[in-house]
Amino acid sequence: MTTPTTTGPLAETTLLRFATAGSVDDGKSTLVGRLLHDSKSVLTDQLEAVAHASRNRGQDTPDLALLTDGLRAEREQGITIDVAYRYFATPRRRFILADTPGHVQYTRNMVTGASTADLAIILVDARNGVVEQTLRHAAVTALLRVPHVVLAVNKMDLVGYGEREFERIVEEFAGHAAASGLPGFTPIPVSALVGDNVVQRSTRMDWYRGPALLDFLERVPAGVEAADAPARFPVQYVIRHGDARYYAGQLASGTLRVGDRVTVHPSGATSEITGIDALGTPVQAAYAPQSVSVRLADQRDVARGDLITSGVDVPALTQEVRAAVCHLTDRPLRVGDRVLVRHTTRTVQAVVKDLGGAAELTANDLGRIALRTAEPLALDDYAVSRRTGALLLIDPADGTTLTAGMVAL
Amino acid sequence: MNPFTLSHLDALESEAVHIFREVAGEFERPVILFSGGKDSIVMLHLALKAFTPAAVPFSLLHVDTGHNFPEVLDHRDRTVEHHGLRLHIASVQDYIDRGTLRERPDGTRNPLQTLPLTEKIQTERFDAVFGGGRRDEEKARAKERVFSLRDEFSQWDPRRQRPELWNLYNGRHAPGEHVRVFPLSNWTELDVWQYIAREAIALPDIYFAHEREVFQRAGMWLTAGEWGGPKDSETVEKRQVRYRTVGDMSCTGAVDSDADSIEKVIVEIAASRLTERGATRADDKMSEAAMEDRKREGYF
Repeated sequence: MTTPTTTGPLAETTLLRFATAGSVDDGKSTLVGRLLHDSKSVLTDQLEAVAHASRNRGQDTPDLALLTDGLRAEREQGITIDVAYRYFATPRRRFILADTPGHVQYTRNMVTGASTADLAIILVDARNGVVEQTLRHAAVTALLRVPHVVLAVNKMDLVGYGEREFERIVEEFAGHAAASGLPGFTPIPVSALVGDNVVQRSTRMDWYRGPALLDFLERVPAGVEAADAPARFPVQYVIRHGDARYYAGQLASGTLRVGDRVTVHPSGATSEITGIDALGTPVQAAYAPQSVSVRLADQRDVARGDLITSGVDVPALTQEVRAAVCHLTDRPLRVGDRVLVRHTTRTVQAVVKDLGGAAELTANDLGRIALRTAEPLALDDYAVSRRTGALLLIDPADGTTLTAGMVAL
Repeated sequence: MNPFTLSHLDALESEAVHIFREVAGEFERPVILFSGGKDSIVMLHLALKAFTPAAVPFSLLHVDTGHNFPEVLDHRDRTVEHHGLRLHIASVQDYIDRGTLRERPDGTRNPLQTLPLTEKIQTERFDAVFGGGRRDEEKARAKERVFSLRDEFSQWDPRRQRPELWNLYNGRHAPGEHVRVFPLSNWTELDVWQYIAREAIALPDIYFAHEREVFQRAGMWLTAGEWGGPKDSETVEKRQVRYRTVGDMSCTGAVDSDADSIEKVIVEIAASRLTERGATRADDKMSEAAMEDRKREGYF
């Protein structure tokens, strides 16, 4: 919805995907509005549209939440239905923000937003501190293995910009974060309404030595984790050209090099990489998440759904799948249900064997699940790879996406 | 830069290529919406790279409103011929001539595209239709999925959208239904231009500043021509302009500009205080939910 601003027209910048999590009244819309507004990512015609719509509703000042509520039902009912994606840029970096609503449907929406995020912002109201919702946000962020977490303590203007109030909340959150498995977090005291520490450093909190939120977003490392992991290359499509076969796909994790010995799963066949093509350019090595195609020394029967790996660190080949899940739809999931399991580029039939003792899972439920699949899947633990450890359960009858799963071997 | 970190353009390119290949792997009869405009030209460029050294395994489809810019149609046809592709055309003019569609009082033909598009999808049994829509364009688009399921009437129901997680796209659909696919979802106008510059992609000339006969209607500079302008009360002027979007001549406005190269266009966009659609699209100004309503009916 926004056209980014940049100083160097063709500057090499990187992309950071992040998600926001917040409860209903803790100021998430204001924070997002402030971030877009103060980074000069909201353009004149958008502001005019918001001002016009606000006047039609009898409001004197533009309601920045209208920037983010896009659908008729949302505007009419004043609710947010779904994840929206927003785009902005600074000279250092491009940002994709998964803006997830804080209403009833929030768990599945937060899971959706967090699934692709490099970073999550967990927002708390400085007056209320850590509340039950905060713990849920921390749990979902940990479950989805979002690499970086910011605890944004908002509304500092309403607690006199007090250091002790901030520190108390940070300490309390740290206890819960450790318990829920969050690797670490960066606390930042902000006032979204006034603009303290969002884009500009605040002059009202001399005691705070850290960066403003945007400054942190610009500097945090993005996308490095996947390239460090073992090499995983799901075959998407076989490109045939003359007698040659090119196995096309996007590297899910790790690095592939010409000359690497590789294994194709689930067949277990081995071969050697004789060439890598990076969208028309021959290269010696490819890194996640590059889309490339590879050629192998032997003309193998390799097809969509196969997984190519290199090195000794190979995935588990199994028909017994255990996963942590978030149920996404209103249709409940029950033991004995037949489902389709989508894993990387492979889709197989499966039956639900166990729901961790629960009778059923309903929308927004988090749970644990055991499946038996009709064919073996080459699985990694989600803790090892967010790509080859991720699953979707799909209703075979009508294609509905039922459940998101994170493999727990 | 860390060697493991892709630049933002490489990351967007890689994601778009992944989407094209997913569709090739999962669908029977995909088609790329191709108008000769910059977004569809970038889409086609990405599709060519995704399947190199083989040919693109999709045909192309253009919904011709009958009021398209001749330079753009010319570019469209040359591109199709150059790559040896097959182009389907759904013609709004044919529908008007047959009396199936009626000209609107305001003369704009953009809303008339929906019927020819959806009927073509049905008669050709396309099951995946690539569009160049970007989520940054409009508020309703910000909520659009990469894989957007449409029913047998091509309708979009925002409440029925499938959640989309990781890079696992669910393309399941019943017979008669199809999926609209948006590989440029995460791109912005500036990304598109930066990519055009990096890849040296050829565009129709009207994207660059040139002298043109235009007249003003509803605050926009429209190209004078046989499509229905100017009216008696409107006067033609020669101005130095360029187009930020190209579509139906009746509702796509030019902007005053002296950006006659890709580099200058990028500088101009980066400094602009108006969005692409806000500056140049009359039909989106019709109501707060104009885009959403058209999408519900089957538009992109």
